[in-house]
Amino acid sequence: MNELSGPGRPANPSVQAAVVASDLGLTFPGKRAGEEVRVLKRIDIDVRPGEFVCLVGPSGCGKTTLLNLLAGFQKASRGEVLVQGEPVHGPDRRRIYIFQEGGVFPWLTVGENVAFGLRRKTEMERQRIVQHYVDMVGLTGFERVYPRQLSGGMRQRVELARALAADPAILYMDEPFGALDYFTRFKMRADLVRIWQQERKTILFVTHDIDEAVQLADRIVVLSPRPASVQAMVAVDLPRPRDANLPAYLHTRDRILGIMGMDLWSDKATRSDDASTNEGHQRQGSLTHSLAERSGPGHTETQG
Amino acid sequence: MSTPDALAVPPSSAGRQSGGRGPGDAAPSRPLSLSYGAVLLPLVVGAVFLLIWDLAVRLSGSTLFPKPFDVALGIIELVEQGLLFKYVVASLFRVTWGFTLAVLVGVPFGLLLGWFRRVQEAFNPMIQALRPISPIAWIPLAILWFGVSDAAPVFLIFLASVFPIAVSTMAAVQGVQMVHLRAAQNFGLTQFQLFRWVIVPATLPQIVTGLRIALGIAWLVVVAAEMIAVNSGLGYLIIDARNAGKRYDLVVAGMTLIGVIGWLLDLLMRQVERFPAVRWAYGARHE
Ligand SMILES: Nc1ncnc2c1ncn2[C@@H]1O[C@H](COP(=O)(O)OP(=O)(O)OP(=O)(O)O)[C@@H](O)[C@H]1O
Ligand SMILES: [Mg+2]
Repeated sequence: MNELSGPGRPANPSVQAAVVASDLGLTFPGKRAGEEVRVLKRIDIDVRPGEFVCLVGPSGCGKTTLLNLLAGFQKASRGEVLVQGEPVHGPDRRRIYIFQEGGVFPWLTVGENVAFGLRRKTEMERQRIVQHYVDMVGLTGFERVYPRQLSGGMRQRVELARALAADPAILYMDEPFGALDYFTRFKMRADLVRIWQQERKTILFVTHDIDEAVQLADRIVVLSPRPASVQAMVAVDLPRPRDANLPAYLHTRDRILGIMGMDLWSDKATRSDDASTNEGHQRQGSLTHSLAERSGPGHTETQG
Repeated sequence: MSTPDALAVPPSSAGRQSGGRGPGDAAPSRPLSLSYGAVLLPLVVGAVFLLIWDLAVRLSGSTLFPKPFDVALGIIELVEQGLLFKYVVASLFRVTWGFTLAVLVGVPFGLLLGWFRRVQEAFNPMIQALRPISPIAWIPLAILWFGVSDAAPVFLIFLASVFPIAVSTMAAVQGVQMVHLRAAQNFGLTQFQLFRWVIVPATLPQIVTGLRIALGIAWLVVVAAEMIAVNSGLGYLIIDARNAGKRYDLVVAGMTLIGVIGWLLDLLMRQVERFPAVRWAYGARHE
């Protein structure tokens, strides 16, 4: 699958890029002339099949808007999106969008939600697929329960199962864990990585949490503030599950923080009002330390 | 790596999981509170009310105003004359027709109003101008058009309930969340499927609530219409008992019947709210 080209075999769709955005721009028209909001300046992205790409960027920079364009919920003012070689003109069941919150249908049970994209299957097939994905996301036994009876994390699991059941090639996820508490997010990430490794979907995942991006992604696309353009692409070449204590992990994280202009300790540390951090290097050490503490034992090794 | 069952499960859901029961089985504490709070207390209040009523009539020495016992006798008299059954059926018949027509017109019309912005823009001003006209004000026109027949009250009931139904249905459709529409579109639904599988189920609870309110209005209106436009029904009973011999015991008997039947109609509509397709929206009690 990875050979670049065979003789006389051009454009094999499985080798083709899963998602290509070229010169994508979007300006919202304002109420009056001169009031238009330019959200996306120029976006070029190229996602390989099966790749896990995280999009990070400051709040309000246009991440959701970009994902909406890629999914076909919204039209670009400029440029084009190709999914598996075809231009995107609207939403499509081969690429499913998972919303930050509230995307699950409250009038359907968990099982009915997961079956939503399976109307064309036979009853037997449908039941088998529903059970498979309900089990996969860890909701076995909750099939007849309504979403309001679930926790926020469980509802996101329902939405993930509903998306997977439709067997799309691509998943768009817009801060799907953004409304969850720290521990639940932690679990959800681990489970998402497991499921992605099983299912081999292409995933475009928006987050403002850089730790989340480094945990999940093969590649991180860093967007600039509005109007957004791609500021950097950072490949994360670390084995999974990822140890948040490894220097390589921390290095990647700090690099992205640096790109986003949040490396406070390296140039503005003297401004700090924290007595124990007068020096940039020391500050970095304490931050590393606190991160390691959250992630469990063995943090002392990261000090070196 | 991670086991899928180590979920952030709320403690209360453990029981649900094992039982595999329907999603909204009654909370266990209800039967107990039903016997005391829901039956005994209202009976006490009702008894006190009747007692005060009886005493007040006796103390005032009124000969026209009936005591509770006179009203009970009046109801028995109506039963014996065969009027009670006839009038109740007459009133219910008109409400059934008027309300059914209003549902058949109001719900589809409300769906159109909510779904197509142009339709809403075109019709909303007219609806808002027609809505404040009391159905009572339409009585002369109803008699002019339909004469003294069942059609007149049916028309009035239709008028009185069709607007609340249409407006609440419209509001329900407009309230359907964008995220649900998009999620559904994402699975490749056609416009018709979107309507069938998203708009209808999403709006059903609010539509049912609208119907409940509209049925209450319909019951109010049938009585008013029957007082003027026809020669039968509970409204006619009241006005007839007053005009033909100042039989206030029968007047109050008629009022009592109207109240009780209206209450039963509302209970009936509340049963509709217990269907799973409607109940999902009233979840708070279970949590
Ligand atoms: N329909 C619209 N009309 C005009 N401006 C809009 C519209 N939708 C979004 N915007 C603007 O576009 C910008 C980007 O919005 P978007 O929701 O894509 O940001 P985001 O990166 O997802 O933010 P967050 O991190 O807070 O989720 C915002 O400044 C917003 O005000
Ligand atoms: Mg967003």
